Amino acid sequence: MNNSTQSQPAAIAAHLSNVSRTTVIELEHLSVRIGQKPVLTDINLKLKAGEVTALLGPNGAGKSTLLKSLCQEIELEAGRINIHQQPLTQWDRQNLAKSLAVLPQHASLTFPFQVHQVVEMGLYPLTLSQQQGEQLIDSQLEQVALSHLKYRSYPTLSGGEKQRVQLARVLTQLAQSDKPPILLLDEPTSALDLAQQHRVLKLVKSLAHEQNYAVVVVLHDLNQASRYADRLVILQQGEVVSDGPPHEALTPATIRQVWQYDPIVVNEPGQLTPLLF
Amino acid sequence: MDNRRWLWPCLLTALVITSLMSVSIGPLQISPSVSFSAVINWATQIDIGSVAPHEQLVIDQVRLPRTLLALAVGAVLAQCGAVMQGLFRNPLADPGIIGVSSGAAFGAAICIVLFPQGGEYAVAISAFLAGLVTTLVVYRLASSPSGTSVVLLLLSGVAVAALAGAGIGLLTYMADDMALRDLTLWQLGSIAGAQWHYVILSLIALAVVSWQFNRSAKALNALLLGEAEARHLGLDVDKLKLKLIVLCAIGVGISVAATGIIGFIGLVVPHLVRMMVGPDHKQLLPLSAILGAALLALADIGARAIVAPSELPVGLVTALIGAPFFIVLLLKQRSKLV
Repeated sequence: MNNSTQSQPAAIAAHLSNVSRTTVIELEHLSVRIGQKPVLTDINLKLKAGEVTALLGPNGAGKSTLLKSLCQEIELEAGRINIHQQPLTQWDRQNLAKSLAVLPQHASLTFPFQVHQVVEMGLYPLTLSQQQGEQLIDSQLEQVALSHLKYRSYPTLSGGEKQRVQLARVLTQLAQSDKPPILLLDEPTSALDLAQQHRVLKLVKSLAHEQNYAVVVVLHDLNQASRYADRLVILQQGEVVSDGPPHEALTPATIRQVWQYDPIVVNEPGQLTPLLF
Repeated sequence: MDNRRWLWPCLLTALVITSLMSVSIGPLQISPSVSFSAVINWATQIDIGSVAPHEQLVIDQVRLPRTLLALAVGAVLAQCGAVMQGLFRNPLADPGIIGVSSGAAFGAAICIVLFPQGGEYAVAISAFLAGLVTTLVVYRLASSPSGTSVVLLLLSGVAVAALAGAGIGLLTYMADDMALRDLTLWQLGSIAGAQWHYVILSLIALAVVSWQFNRSAKALNALLLGEAEARHLGLDVDKLKLKLIVLCAIGVGISVAATGIIGFIGLVVPHLVRMMVGPDHKQLLPLSAILGAALLALADIGARAIVAPSELPVGLVTALIGAPFFIVLLLKQRSKLV
C-alpha cells in the first residue's frame, strides 16, 4: 500500500503474485435497454477478488447501469450475471446481502439516528448475538477511524464522515461472508473534499489487497482511478472499449477516442501511469 | 445514550397512575385505593372487601372497560403512527392526517347505516377494509421513486379524507335517528360507552400489532436508509411494506370501529418518544405504545373532567392538544417543505 517507497507497478506486481485471484462476478453477454435505448450491449467481464476494478467512461456510457444491474436494480434484456458461480437471480436475498454490499452515493436519513445505530443497520442480514454485534460495530467504526463519533447524531456529520459511516455499515454487512466479499461503490468520492476522497479510496484499496475483497467502483477522476484501481474497465456507449491494468487500459489514444478530449500528459517519475489533465 | 434506562420506569409509572386515575375519576368519586381493590377484585374474582357493591358495579361495567379501551386504542394508534412515519419515511404521517382514519370511518359508517343488522364485528371488519384501501391509495398517490413527498402525502390525505367525508355526509343524510347519533359520535371520537367486546377486540389488535411491529423494528430502521439500500441489506421491501400497511389498517380499523376518529395520538406520541430516545424503532415502538396508552387515558380523563358532569368527545381533546403540536412541527419543517 505504501506508494511512496514502492513504485506502483512493482506494488501491483507484488500484489498480483501474492493473491490467488478467484473470479467472483461473471457477466455473460449482458445487454440492458432503458426504454428503446440500448444502454449496455453484450458485456462480457470476469471480476476477481483481491482487486479494485474501476468502471470509467463519459456520462451516459453505462457505468452506473452496469453497477445497478449487479445489484438487481435494473432488468436485463439479455445475458446473465453469476455471483460466486451462481446465477444472480437464484440467490436468496439475505444470503446475497452477506457477500455483496453496495455503498450508496449519498444516504440521507429521515430521522436523527446516532452513528452506531446507522452502522447497526448493517447487522440486518447477519445472525449474531447482541454482544458480537456490538463488538463488530466497534471494530468497523475503528476501521473507518470514526470511533470517536460513535454517539454523534448522523445528520450533524460532514459529507466525508457520513460516507465513512455508510462504509462502516456496509463493511459490517459483509463481515460474516464465507466467500470473498463483493463491494460495489457508485462514485463514492463525488461529494467529498480532496483529503476525504483519498482516504476513502485508500481504505477501499486496502480492503481488496489485505482482506481479499472484490471492489467494483464507478469513478470519474481518471487519475484517481489509475492510482487506486488494479484494473480499469472503460465503457463507451454501452460497450467495453478498453480493459486492463491502468497503464495499458488508459492511454492518451483511448482518452481521445472515448472522451473526445485531448489530455495533457504529465509523466511522473517512478509512476507507470502518467497524470492526465 | 443511557437516557432509556430512566425512561422505561418513568413511563410505566405514569401509565399505572393514569390508569388508576381513570378508574377513580367520574361522577361517582371513588378513592384510588378503593379503585385499586375493585380492580383486583375484578381481576381475581375474589372479594377482598372494602369495596361497596355499587362502586364495584361502576368499575366493572363502566370505568374498567373504558380505561382498558383508552389504553389499548392509545397504544395501537401511537404505534401505527410511528410505523407509518417510518414506512413513509416522513415525520408528518399519522393515520388521522393522511386520511386513513377517515377512510376507516367511512367503512364503519357504510356498515352502520346500510347494514344495521350486520352485528358489531361487521363494523370492525368494514372499517379495517376501508382503512386498508385508503392506506394503499394514499401510499400510491404519494410515492415516487425517491420516497414519499410530504406535500403529496398531505394533499393525498386531504383528498381522500374529503372523499370519505362526502361519503359519510351522504350516509348521514340517509341515516335514521339511531344511526345518526352513532355517526356523529364517531366522527368526534369517544371512548364513553365502551363495551366489553370492543375492549377485547382492541386488546387483541394491540397484541397482534405490537408483536408484529416489534419483530419488524430492525427492518423498519433499515428501510429508513432508502428502499434500494434496504434491498441491498437483504430486505424484502415490498413484502415488508405490504405487511406493515395491512397491520396499520387492522390497528386503525379496529380502533376507529371501537372509538371513532381519534386524531393526533399517532403523530404526537412518536415525536415525543423520538425526542427522548431517538429514532431507533426497537425503543421507539414499545415506548410509543406505553406513552400512547397513558396519553389517551389522560385525554379521556380530561374529556370527563373539563365539563363535568357532562362529557366532551375525547377526539376533541386530542385535537386540542395535537393540532397546535402539528402546527409547530410544520413550522419547524417549513424550510424543507417549500
